[in-house]
Amino acid sequence: MANPDTSTDPSFLGDDDPSRRDVILIGAGGFAAIGGAAMLWPLLDQMNPDASTLSLASIDVDLAPIDEGQAITVMWRGKPIFIRHRTAKEVEEATGVKVDDLIDPLARNANLPDDAPATDDNRAAPEREPWLVMIGICTHLGCIPQGQAPGQYKGDYGGWFCPCHGSQYDTAGRVRVGPAPQNMYIPPYTFTSDTKITIG
Amino acid sequence: MAHSSTYKPSTGIERWFDSRLPLPRMMHDQFMVFPTPRNLNYWWTFGGILSFMLAVQIVTGIVLAMHYVPTTEGAFDSIEKIMRDVNWGWLLRYAHAVGASMFFLAAYFHTFRGLYYGSYKAPREILWILGVLILLLMIATAFMGYSLVWGQMSFWAVTVITNLFSSLDTLIPGLGTTLVQWIWGGFSVGAPTLNRLFALHYLFPFIIAGVVILHIWALHIPGNNNPTGVDVKTPKDTVPFHPYYTIKDGFALVMFLILFGVLLFYAPNFLGHADNYIEANPLQTPPHIVPEWYFLPFYAILRAIPDKLLGVIGLIGGIGVLFFVPWLDTSRVRSTSYRPIYKWFFWLFVIDCVALGYLGAQAPEGWYLFFGRLCTFYYFAFFLIVMPVVGLIERPKKLPGSITQSVLGPDSKRPAEAPPPRTAATAGEGVA
Repeated sequence: MANPDTSTDPSFLGDDDPSRRDVILIGAGGFAAIGGAAMLWPLLDQMNPDASTLSLASIDVDLAPIDEGQAITVMWRGKPIFIRHRTAKEVEEATGVKVDDLIDPLARNANLPDDAPATDDNRAAPEREPWLVMIGICTHLGCIPQGQAPGQYKGDYGGWFCPCHGSQYDTAGRVRVGPAPQNMYIPPYTFTSDTKITIG
Repeated sequence: MAHSSTYKPSTGIERWFDSRLPLPRMMHDQFMVFPTPRNLNYWWTFGGILSFMLAVQIVTGIVLAMHYVPTTEGAFDSIEKIMRDVNWGWLLRYAHAVGASMFFLAAYFHTFRGLYYGSYKAPREILWILGVLILLLMIATAFMGYSLVWGQMSFWAVTVITNLFSSLDTLIPGLGTTLVQWIWGGFSVGAPTLNRLFALHYLFPFIIAGVVILHIWALHIPGNNNPTGVDVKTPKDTVPFHPYYTIKDGFALVMFLILFGVLLFYAPNFLGHADNYIEANPLQTPPHIVPEWYFLPFYAILRAIPDKLLGVIGLIGGIGVLFFVPWLDTSRVRSTSYRPIYKWFFWLFVIDCVALGYLGAQAPEGWYLFFGRLCTFYYFAFFLIVMPVVGLIERPKKLPGSITQSVLGPDSKRPAEAPPPRTAATAGEGVA
């Protein structure tokens, strides 16, 4: 502004103090870059689960009507939760397996440490061995395994069978035949009374 | 090619426009008199067909969006409403669904044409890469569009394919799960997922249209390749795009539309899966999840590889390897017609792709799994072993001296004896 010729004469750049020009250039550019980056996060984060989705994150389930040998499926966070009241024979089959023989030796139980081994104790409900509560999603590509309804094929291990790519799970929901890489996950849940659980 | 424009505005309005926005000049130079090799065969007509199909998909898609409801409660019903209640809705929706299949059919012919005639070789690498990019965008668009139907196949296709990203958990624990929940907008495929897939499905065709413009621009710098792969040497080797190739492309388009019409009016569901007429049910997986036919070869590759993460890499690599074809092929000769050894490998590759398509629809067990692995091996071996090695050891057949010689026989005048080079304009007038 001090020099009216700046608009037409580029040589003014050389005449001025170069360090002062650099400060303005870097300052302005840096400010624009930080502003752009700060705006990028809201644009990306808007796609993450929103408040209404997160608020539906826990449900209560009454186990009283489920007799031994029966199973029910409930929805939690849009996912099916398999709850099975296992028979004594099914529990016995699950406890008889050595952890070393399993494809996935980890319990995958959200209520236990990450490195808990996949024993039946660590998979079943605490103190209530007949009860098995897990997310009924095959760990391969997210299909829903069969085995909840009475007539369905349960695979060679008597648990669940995924129709998509043939994965088989035992009566503790542990993968026994691939391609699934992991045991079915146990969601976080607690017994609020003898016959009621809260999932999530 | 035509660097000097031959456009002559004849009226005052044309002159006024030409000095402000020379769009008519560009259309004249690029699509009327554009010098095009005189020997292009019918495999070269799919570019025009593809442009037409993109327009069909955009026009039918926009009107369908006026009736479609992108909610988990409304999506499936709104499509049945389009089919039954909306005036001509059945036609528009079937044209869009069958149109997607026809679009891919033409795209695959176009891609194999480029592979056979070496159209990816210098100086057309950028042209080829933009083409592969368009194919990738088409795959993403078609996948998202299929999900909008919200039938059983839609829902479980989205579930299985988005779950592929969870394989990243084996690299960095939690990364895959975080990414998948970000894509879903929840803890499973649901309402937020459907809504964003709809928004992106509407956006992507316009990105494709933009890349198509760059693709045509990159084509018009070196000009068309041709069945001999020999460069254009004299204007005698070319004819103007109009009327020669507008007529040829137009005829091919009519033939193509007859096939489109037969499917559209007599067998609109022939290429679809019956399970997609069952509304999405998050609690029940269909016994066999299969994608639409145009994804089957890639699905076969995914399932042939027993490891989850490597399967995903194979799936992406199946397309990704195409980006590197210009540098994988070491042969100096463009056209496979003059490559006696490579020719056999090429046709085996075509059979391999068709076989993968068949295997992708079968249960991955027993012999199907064995052949799936065999075909997957050859698919990648063709690009990574055959292309570099055969190009080095093969002795190509003798190339014709020029495009004109390949058409008129070796007795026709050699380029050196031909009359002095003419400009594109006089070439156009000479044959008109």
